[in-house]
Amino acid sequence: MSVSNPTDIAEVKERNRALIQEVLAVYPEKTAKRRAKHLNVHEEGKSDCGVKSNIKSIPGVMTIRGCAYAGSKGVVWGPIKDMIHISHGPVGCGQYSWASRRNYYVGTTGIDTFGTMQFTSDFQEKDIVFGGDKKLAKIIDEIQQLFPLNKGISVQSECPIGLIGDDIEAVSKAKSREYDGKTIVPVRCEGFRGVSQSLGHHIANDAIRDWVFDKSEGKAPAFEPSPYDVAIIGDYNIGGDAWSSRILLEEMGLRVIAQWSGDGTIAELEATPKAKLNVLHCYRSMNYISRHMEEKYGTPWVEYNFFGPSKIAESLRKIASYFDEKIQAGAEAVIAKYQPLMQAVIDKYKPRLAGKTVMLYVGGLRPRHVIGAYEDLGMNVVGTGYEFGHNDDYQRTAQHYVKDGTLIYDDVTGYEFEKFVETVKPDLVGSGIKEKYVFQKMGVPFRQMHSWDYSGPYHGYDGFAIFARDMDMAINSPVWKMAPTPWKDSGSDYLAIAAE
Amino acid sequence: MPQDPNQVKDHFTLFREPEYKELIANKRAKFEGRHDVAEVERVVEWAKTEEYKELNFSREALTVNPAKACQPLGAVFAAVGFEKTLPFVHGSQGCVAYYRSHFSRHFKEPTSCVSSSMTEDAAVFGGLNNMIDGLANTYSMYKPAMIAVSTTCMAEVIGDDLNAFIKTAKEKGSVPEEFDVPFAHTPAFVGSHVTGYDNAMKGILEHFWDGKAKTVPALVRQPNAKINFLGGFDGYTVGNLREVKRIFETMKVEYTILGDNSDVWDTPTDGEFRMYDGGTTLEDAANAVHARATISMQEYCTEKTLPFIANHGHETVAFNSPIGIEATDRFIMEVARLAGVEIPDSLARERGRLVDAIADSNAHIHGKKFAIYGDPDLCYGLAQFIMELGGEPIVVLSTNGGKAWAAKMQDLFDSSPFGAGCKAYPGKDLWHMRSLLFTEKPDFLIGNTYGKYLERDTGVPLIRLGFPIFDRHHKHRYPIWGYQGALNVLVTILDRIFEHMDATTDGIATTDYSFDIIR
Repeated sequence: MSVSNPTDIAEVKERNRALIQEVLAVYPEKTAKRRAKHLNVHEEGKSDCGVKSNIKSIPGVMTIRGCAYAGSKGVVWGPIKDMIHISHGPVGCGQYSWASRRNYYVGTTGIDTFGTMQFTSDFQEKDIVFGGDKKLAKIIDEIQQLFPLNKGISVQSECPIGLIGDDIEAVSKAKSREYDGKTIVPVRCEGFRGVSQSLGHHIANDAIRDWVFDKSEGKAPAFEPSPYDVAIIGDYNIGGDAWSSRILLEEMGLRVIAQWSGDGTIAELEATPKAKLNVLHCYRSMNYISRHMEEKYGTPWVEYNFFGPSKIAESLRKIASYFDEKIQAGAEAVIAKYQPLMQAVIDKYKPRLAGKTVMLYVGGLRPRHVIGAYEDLGMNVVGTGYEFGHNDDYQRTAQHYVKDGTLIYDDVTGYEFEKFVETVKPDLVGSGIKEKYVFQKMGVPFRQMHSWDYSGPYHGYDGFAIFARDMDMAINSPVWKMAPTPWKDSGSDYLAIAAE
Repeated sequence: MPQDPNQVKDHFTLFREPEYKELIANKRAKFEGRHDVAEVERVVEWAKTEEYKELNFSREALTVNPAKACQPLGAVFAAVGFEKTLPFVHGSQGCVAYYRSHFSRHFKEPTSCVSSSMTEDAAVFGGLNNMIDGLANTYSMYKPAMIAVSTTCMAEVIGDDLNAFIKTAKEKGSVPEEFDVPFAHTPAFVGSHVTGYDNAMKGILEHFWDGKAKTVPALVRQPNAKINFLGGFDGYTVGNLREVKRIFETMKVEYTILGDNSDVWDTPTDGEFRMYDGGTTLEDAANAVHARATISMQEYCTEKTLPFIANHGHETVAFNSPIGIEATDRFIMEVARLAGVEIPDSLARERGRLVDAIADSNAHIHGKKFAIYGDPDLCYGLAQFIMELGGEPIVVLSTNGGKAWAAKMQDLFDSSPFGAGCKAYPGKDLWHMRSLLFTEKPDFLIGNTYGKYLERDTGVPLIRLGFPIFDRHHKHRYPIWGYQGALNVLVTILDRIFEHMDATTDGIATTDYSFDIIR
């Protein structure tokens, strides 16, 4: 059953609506009422997806969401490679998020780069009782002794910090003065703040504004400005995504002066206000700082989508439209250069994937941004939802991406997602590590769409070839045919066969 | 254009193409504001020195790359080992996302667990409503037979009282009065994941044995012939528990595994997702009070649970992740003694096969120096086995090991000539280990996946044994306990040694002579 087939649309919508009612029936009344607002069947022409979002998760339902700390340390700050990010509080948060997000970088880890390390204040009971400020001060001293080449320090607050009344701002300021104005950034990203990772992104953005930009104003960048300077905002270089994006921007004649924050450095953050244009990939996690730079420095920003050749071409042209004819011609040249490669990829994989259906449930921009890449391969996304999206995400999704009848699920629960997939029976599910094995047990092909399932990059033209290969290997793997036990098949008469 | 549709290049090869090398070098040179290469080199070399090690060991506040996690992870581990039990962690929801991810990355299996999703308002007013709503939702959606509650540090800091909250939730009808909701306070700022295992396991047994939070009479122990078995927090739980069950059955021992998570983290792919599978039945968990004795395979995972059980009249015996001949001998003989059974000849033959394997291979291990890190019990078991193999565990480090553990390790070292000069490092982390690898120069490192960074930085080959193992698959399916388990550990160690031998003798026209085909 495919939503792309217009004769079936009414039927699909009917089924999806019934499905939503079916899952709601399991909940206590109050919960059903609340969850009903997060589930919908998309109606073509509507300005958003008709769901409520960015609302507290309901206790006990098995939400897939994380927390503000995950949004700040795990997403925004963690990839800044030449700074040391202290997971401030008990040991767990830093441990579970240690190097698991695949933010690629190059550098001498432990000496001048620190991306795949776990620095923690490992709070003990006495730190909770007496406060952790003295310990934090000492930690900063010890970092300065043992890691003298670090270019800055951030303090990523875990839950207890805000509850015990620690003044990490005062400690950061005092230590910054002591170390000649060193960048030390206190971040109030305690996990209980907000409803998901999302507030953590916002808090992290604000911390850059207040503790990096304001401090570095007037500081000249190490390079001569050019009219073609841009900054990549909201690409975390997962599996090398930012590199396979950067190469295209450079090929069209732009100069990338900063990457936020995959493979990024403090120098790049500081130089960003000098950019002529901020190109924004993950709107959700970095629109805040983009808006700030627009207001304060007059830097325009433009959203782009580097998944799949259709969206890449559209985005390259859109970015080029902010520049002169040279860059516009550059964009056309880049599109033309990669066109044969893209055609070859599509010729190879589309026959194996056309008509296949996909259900997505991811974070950030991916629940909408990857839809075009699937469509380039002839596939249809029949359900999608955001872990921590806001209404502006659902607006973009409705206006530019999803088709009529698509099942929409915001902050989906484990139960709902399982039931949806059971009934809709997509050919592929794209979600996270917590979901992967649930669906694979059910015999449904799966790709992790946070970590690219340890593959990637998926961004850019080079990335699309990998994306296509990976979707093909997931869906067309021989393993799925082997899942049913043959002698449990009602038509199987193995005793008779054996007797022959 | 580096990409090739017929031979797609992903991150392994794409970024080594000239276009990308240039891109990365250009970014570095023009925009990153990096230190001079010479300065970086100077610090690289300095970080290898005794001087750096001393500075490193003088740390009092900073922890870098610890080899431990927090309590609730252990609580979730313990809870999923019971029949149709859903772990419920009271506090912030992000924690639960982390535990589930962590276990799924290790076992390559789903891990079901819910959170009470406390946010700022709960921080101010307490999480009672989250408990009330949470239990009701969990109960109606996932239809568990038991909900095992533990806490994140948030709930602990604000002082939520689980006993009172659960009682109130039951009064409000979240779950039926008689529904089992054992609980344990598991503050992340005390101990580590092994402590959380201990607290949660004790909480579950206390619930069943001591009158379900004063709602029913406590059970009166009527001793029977059974032996209880506690595996502790164990990354090899799937393989180990199945092996232990096989041994018990071979020995005709009546047993109860308390917290049997071997099935829930090893369900088949056959078209059906089993949210719950296997596990100790709740009836068995309750009846375990009547057992004649209880064995803990990991002393430091059961520091509270085992005395609690002993107080109920059981004889208790604790091991330290027994690996190898002597430790397994003691385990088998203690089981036989406690259960009053003969040890079958088949186990003597298994033992003999392990001795045979050691005799065949020990020459490659004898005299080699090892650095080991991990949970306290695993470190002990591995160090003991290494010494049996003629190896020297010169550095044994446990971030969550304490002074008592270090003293116990020293006694172990003192018991063998191969322990001379060996040292235990309690409460230290993997950045300490990095210094030790440079200054003490062991031949091999034994540890979990994070050890790969140490291997890269120091050149000491890593033998992956521990938790978590994220970057190798299916290791958890193979036991490390029992004679069969020790054989797996032996082969794991040998494979890495042989690989290292080949990798360091494969120089053409330079080291042809040692590149042997028979080893």
